[in-house]
Amino acid sequence: MTVAVDGAERGNGRGSPETERQGNEAKRRGRRGRAPLSARARAERRLGWVLCAPAVIVILAVTAYPVGYAVYLSLQRYDLRFPADSEFVGLANYGTVLSSSLWWQALAVTAVITVISVAIQFVLGLALALAMHRAMIGRGLIRTVILIPYGIVTVVAAFGWRYAWTPDTGYLSGLFGDAAPLTEQVQGIGVIVLAEVWKTTPFMALLLLAGLALVPEDLLRAAKVDGATAWQRLIRVILPLMKPAILVALLFRVLDAFRIFDSIYVLTAGAYDTRSVSILGYDNLFTALNLGVGSSLSVLIFLVVALVAFVFVRGFGAAAPGGEDHR
Amino acid sequence: MLAAVLALGACGGSGAGGGAGPVRLTWYVYNESSGAFAKAAADCSAGSNGRYTIGVNVLPNDSDGQRQQLVRRLAAEDSSMDILALDVTWTAEFAEAGWAMPFPAAQARTLTDGMLPAAVETGTWEDQLYAVPLNTNAQLLWYRKDLVPQPPRTWDEMLTAARRLAEEGKPHYVEVQGAQYEGYTVLFNSLVASAGGQILNDDGTEVELGAPAERAVEAIRALADSPAADPSWSNQREDDNRLAFETGSAAFQLNYPFIYPSARQNNPELAEQIGWTQWPTLVPGQPSHSTIGGYNLAVGAHSRHQAEAADAIACITGRDNQIRNAIDGGLPPTLEDLYTDQRFIDGGYPFAAAIYTALQNASVRPQTPAYQSVSLQIAHTLSPPSSASTGRLSQLRGAIADALESKGLVP
Repeated sequence: MTVAVDGAERGNGRGSPETERQGNEAKRRGRRGRAPLSARARAERRLGWVLCAPAVIVILAVTAYPVGYAVYLSLQRYDLRFPADSEFVGLANYGTVLSSSLWWQALAVTAVITVISVAIQFVLGLALALAMHRAMIGRGLIRTVILIPYGIVTVVAAFGWRYAWTPDTGYLSGLFGDAAPLTEQVQGIGVIVLAEVWKTTPFMALLLLAGLALVPEDLLRAAKVDGATAWQRLIRVILPLMKPAILVALLFRVLDAFRIFDSIYVLTAGAYDTRSVSILGYDNLFTALNLGVGSSLSVLIFLVVALVAFVFVRGFGAAAPGGEDHR
Repeated sequence: MLAAVLALGACGGSGAGGGAGPVRLTWYVYNESSGAFAKAAADCSAGSNGRYTIGVNVLPNDSDGQRQQLVRRLAAEDSSMDILALDVTWTAEFAEAGWAMPFPAAQARTLTDGMLPAAVETGTWEDQLYAVPLNTNAQLLWYRKDLVPQPPRTWDEMLTAARRLAEEGKPHYVEVQGAQYEGYTVLFNSLVASAGGQILNDDGTEVELGAPAERAVEAIRALADSPAADPSWSNQREDDNRLAFETGSAAFQLNYPFIYPSARQNNPELAEQIGWTQWPTLVPGQPSHSTIGGYNLAVGAHSRHQAEAADAIACITGRDNQIRNAIDGGLPPTLEDLYTDQRFIDGGYPFAAAIYTALQNASVRPQTPAYQSVSLQIAHTLSPPSSASTGRLSQLRGAIADALESKGLVP
């Protein structure tokens, strides 16, 4: 849906470059530079604020307050088991986390899982999207079948993978000579990536399918007439035109994958150095009951996610969602 | 059982609302598979002469899951937390955080009358009783009488016997907990204690882990490097050990008594051959000190019916209920005289004497509010067993010292 809106905006921009420039200029000059508003415009603006106030208040209550409270907790020594020892400690909790090898190791594991799983999901998702796009017969059936893994609850799917890889009882473990990959770091991460890819490739395919709809059929035919091979058409025509959809898909998946929790919780519970940053945060908050250190972990995860989103929007800026310049 | 709980809930709810009639108490406890706890709740409700009804609220099976659910509700001051089933390692934490109510001294004496001192100690923090022992637990060394004519007394004897069986091509594994979890910490604690040391000092404020800890790590490594180690040791919990032993691949098993009723049901032929003896020691001539386990019952600090909850605890931990828990569910009772009660022993508890000895020599896990973090550090640092080394002990000392101060991250 975002993609479709993007396309529409692009059309508008092209239609009236003059208005856009003026708009940009007005933004640069900021509020003060604008002409004074008429009484009616002011009243309308006030009505606008009043009308959206309930939504703003609800959003503040359910997001801003918890985030703010987490930041506040992260500056305290606050352990539920030692309530009497609570005190303000400034940034000490952040020092604890950043100087701990556990944090850096969890960050590395999370990054590895994110990069590998999203890369595989992209390639497979693109292939599935092309199949869904090109399918002539049984289109509905194919789309349904492809979406089944995404419809299964992650925890349920993860239990399926866990039992499959358990020696003695699991069919996959038996296939590889009673292998026990979940008891070893590298293989454990491999199984986690496999479970992630299996589960969310359909979502990637769905997002990319929306992008494929942006590629005009005439352009492909024209390329064909010019003698482009199927591969050249994919690389030179389809992918560049799909760029906005690809960026949306990658951004969504990277942010999602970075917060991976449930499959790891079921598969290894973070044992054998397979914990992600979210698992580490959970263990410190809910098992160790150390709200101070745990909250600083949460805030750090939040900052890393924000940084990734920022890099995506800035680095690939032109076509990313929310980007202003759509050329 | 669900229907019973619902029925209890229905009649309790109507009573509490009206001010007259029985008070509804909620008992938070894990799902005991034989149904003995549900029967105890029903019997005690019926026997209270309309003072209270007990509804059972089932917690997850693993102790970490139980603790997380309890703690989450307690931190939110849930007033339905009347009776709490606490693992023996949580007493200090729940007492220090103000989640469990201490019993007045006189009441504490009545409630624990005739109970094993070691079990009562697990429910005590800073000389006050916070939780009444419901059941205790201790591991024994279970062995196959057809393979092992003379049961080993020390860890080394056990490994030697296993090696000989391996050379003869017979079942030879030693089944013991090795996954990275609480059970592995229990193994380490039993080994350290059996070598004559402890993990923390008596007050639970300083790390000890001296020469006995080195001896314990060497024992873990000796098993890991010997043919006696099950190939999947590093992923085994109590129930995996039970299963492996029942399927006949092992000669020894270090585990709790629940394996015995299970073996009689699943493999009666093999159950005939099961012998039991004390946990192997690390110091020849000295008794071993296996780790005491079990569950205690506490009154929640935010409960609105604390007097009724205390009475209900007295009933649930009473003699008849303890006998049923032991015979049906294999849970070792905390009443001392049951261990010499011939009718109880003949009624399905033949190893009562061995458990009694083990309990008298039992060691406790470190008593500190930060126990959970300490345990996580131990299991993490010494896992997997094949990589445990005495060199890691200094790292472990630092990690535990941090955990006691609630500094640092837990793995």
